[in-house]
Amino acid sequence: MSQPTFTLDDLKRILLEGSGAPEGGGLDGDAQDVLDTEFSDIGYDSLALLETASRIEREYGIDLDESVIGDATTPRAFIDAVGDHLVAPAA
Amino acid sequence: MTASVVVTGLGITAPNGLGTKDYWSATRVGKSGIGPLTRFDAAPYPAKLAGEIDGFTAEEHLPSRLLPQTDQVTRLSLVAADWALADAGVRPADLPAFDMGVITASSAGGFEFSQHELKSLWSKGGEYVSAYQSFAWFYAVNTGQISIRNGMKGPSGVVVTDQAGGLDAVAQARRQIRKGTSLVVAGAVDALLCSWGWVGLHTSGRLSTADDPGRAYLPFDERAAGHVPGEGGALLILEAADAARARGARVYGEIAGYAATFDGREPGLRKAIELALTDADLAPSDVDVVFADAAAEPELDRIEAETLVEVFGHRGVPVTAPKTMTGRLYAGAAALDLATAFLAMGEGLIPPTVHTDPADHYGLDLVGTEARPAELRTALVLARGHGGFNSAMVVRS
Amino acid sequence: MSGRRVVVTGMEVLAPGGVGTDAFWSLLSEGRTATRGITFFDPAQFRSRVAAEIDFDPYAHGLTPHEVRRMDRAAQFAVVAARGAVADSGLDTGALNPYRIGVTIGSAVGATMSLDEDYRAVSDGGRLDLVDHAYADPFFYNHFVPSSFAAEVARAVGAQGPSSVVSAGCTSGLDSVGYAVELIREGTADVMVAGATDAPISPITMACFDAIKATTPRHDDPEHASRPFDGTRNGFVLGEGAAVFVLEELESARRRGARVHAEIAGYATRSNAYHMTGLRPDGAEMSEAITVALDEARMNPTEIDYINAHGSGTKQNDRHETAAFKRSLGDHAYRTPVSSIKSMVGHSLGAIGSIEIAASVLAIRHDVVPPTANLHTPDPECDLDYVPLTARDQLVDTVLTVGSGFGGFQSAMVLARPERTAA
Repeated sequence: MSQPTFTLDDLKRILLEGSGAPEGGGLDGDAQDVLDTEFSDIGYDSLALLETASRIEREYGIDLDESVIGDATTPRAFIDAVGDHLVAPAA
Repeated sequence: MTASVVVTGLGITAPNGLGTKDYWSATRVGKSGIGPLTRFDAAPYPAKLAGEIDGFTAEEHLPSRLLPQTDQVTRLSLVAADWALADAGVRPADLPAFDMGVITASSAGGFEFSQHELKSLWSKGGEYVSAYQSFAWFYAVNTGQISIRNGMKGPSGVVVTDQAGGLDAVAQARRQIRKGTSLVVAGAVDALLCSWGWVGLHTSGRLSTADDPGRAYLPFDERAAGHVPGEGGALLILEAADAARARGARVYGEIAGYAATFDGREPGLRKAIELALTDADLAPSDVDVVFADAAAEPELDRIEAETLVEVFGHRGVPVTAPKTMTGRLYAGAAALDLATAFLAMGEGLIPPTVHTDPADHYGLDLVGTEARPAELRTALVLARGHGGFNSAMVVRS
Repeated sequence: MSGRRVVVTGMEVLAPGGVGTDAFWSLLSEGRTATRGITFFDPAQFRSRVAAEIDFDPYAHGLTPHEVRRMDRAAQFAVVAARGAVADSGLDTGALNPYRIGVTIGSAVGATMSLDEDYRAVSDGGRLDLVDHAYADPFFYNHFVPSSFAAEVARAVGAQGPSSVVSAGCTSGLDSVGYAVELIREGTADVMVAGATDAPISPITMACFDAIKATTPRHDDPEHASRPFDGTRNGFVLGEGAAVFVLEELESARRRGARVHAEIAGYATRSNAYHMTGLRPDGAEMSEAITVALDEARMNPTEIDYINAHGSGTKQNDRHETAAFKRSLGDHAYRTPVSSIKSMVGHSLGAIGSIEIAASVLAIRHDVVPPTANLHTPDPECDLDYVPLTARDQLVDTVLTVGSGFGGFQSAMVLARPERTAA
């Protein structure tokens, strides 16, 4: 069985589903730029991130640390945090 | 004694017209927005008609980020506020934030949003409940979202008095302007057309179960047997008269008098009218038209008709109920009647009461299915809320 | 502004830890807590499983079976509190012109508890998309429209003046009383029965606060779960309750020889226009509300003896209002005791503002500042005097009480010992 992965595209999809598209097209730029832009500059607040974290937990069957919301302030940090849970040993 | 408070902008969302222009052009010719309920399958329910707003696409008016966190009632409210501000020629960003407030009424909150989250909770589990549920359904949501969207930090609030709320919110706004706030967005929009809201509305015991839109909501008619619910309402821009004049604003008219009472040993409606007239420093003979509450429930119709005859005399004043074209919009109803009163005074035309064949014994001069031209300087708007709330507001052109 | 001054001549509190004003004050003055593991339903699925519940028997408080049947728990609280407040005032409401008596009842979430149950009944436990009206409670409409709370209170006290529910999220309890004060000052009413109620402890409420991690997950230690201003705080504890007051114009209260508990000397509400749930860190809008309320009371910030804080125990709130107090009161903020009774009775949403007014009135009556329970490890960013653990005897002539609510509402009220304020 292949390892599940969590990419920028997955994050974008879930953000859009749960919290809508930010004004100014903050998610549409160059992927490398988007990855390192603060969520607040993209146009997502803490509620949007809570909703996103909740949807990721349900969809991927994982339990994110509550600190993710406060600590992962960019898409790259958020994706890394989710990735850490996806590869965590099953035992 | 106190500063005059005027209305300088209207934002209307109604089943027979979205926006002031469409609404008034429909209303002045008696075009009804009542029809078969389509929002969900109404077949299992006793009541099957509603005043639905057609052609409202929230995406066209509001940012995408707001959509997952808003119920229909909030989307309509935000758009009505935008339109009212535009109509008033006001750009909120140009005004001091603490000088602008928002005061709305709600009857039951954002029921459709709530239904979705309750279903998630009980069919799947608590972790499926939206992060936005904590405020998207509650009674204060429209005021909060309007204040955020427009940067309004002044005195704001929410009153809940069932269907009398639209007037109570405007009265509270007038109070704040008299205390020094420059501008208040006030009024109410309601929207309860989901199956969960529909069940709630049924439990009032006052819904019409007729299936002919022309025979369903017949206030002051011998056949009166309940009302048709609708969605929508109006938000108004209130300002101090001198400030509105100073900025050269177009003025629809003045909020001249108001009172609210509660039913007790006797119905409180008459007292509300008398106190509102006293507040406006006017006599009954000064009133040119009455926008009735028009419950279409025999006992409530009788009380309203008797009250009007006691105050104004037998067929003593033209009475109309344009809500026969929209259905009852709950908290939104009285706010829309208020907006309609200003439009009627502006044109010199009393909008019709459609479908109703008024019973003679009520002694009312009910404006029938044809609009009636008249010189209108002063209008009285009445609203009653379930449980005994009565509100009366006098407006002057 | 007219010269009519508004005073509290009657009050009754229903709060966790004991029904009635005396039980409430015992809890506060002894610094005990009424938070516990949820008993109303099985909370196992929720992140937060703690609440401040009231052991409430409506029949013991004079409600009839029919009243109990038709009223949501929050309406029952309101009616019991209103009757208690009128009795405490000694006012014979039947001898007054009923159109001069009004009612305002604050509630943030209405009949949430009943609506949660109603939904399960009509949806077959969440199964149906088209919910079934045949299973609707006959009194569902009273739950559907929270205005029924004001209607029940108006009927219970014989009021026929302006009556309404005021619903501005978690500032409702302050705004309801503030609204009533305005009606008396402007001359619309002579007596207002004003207060607030909420009974939100239901699965949907736990779920929606779980979703934004606003409530504490400290369910292994429920008695110490509400920790305002403590460095280890991690969210609020949901509560329930009501407080209702009889408000009168000062001169007419004196003429009838009423006992005057306190004057409502100033009130203001502002919005942050920032976020539905978030708070601007600088506290500017709460500070504006405080400043306007002090102006209305014709008081200097240095005249405030005690601040009854919102103190919900979320990370964000406690810093926000600490900033607001400093902004409004300057150095005097450091010299003024500040405490949060939510450490003891939890956060009852729309009701708590009125319950905190009651605490403020009692602080004036007893010359005692209630403590902030569970405050052991100060947060360095909350650096005022929060009266940890133990109530403090001191003169209390004036109290500032504040609240913040979802929707961005920021409200402030100033209460004063009546003989103190300049006429």
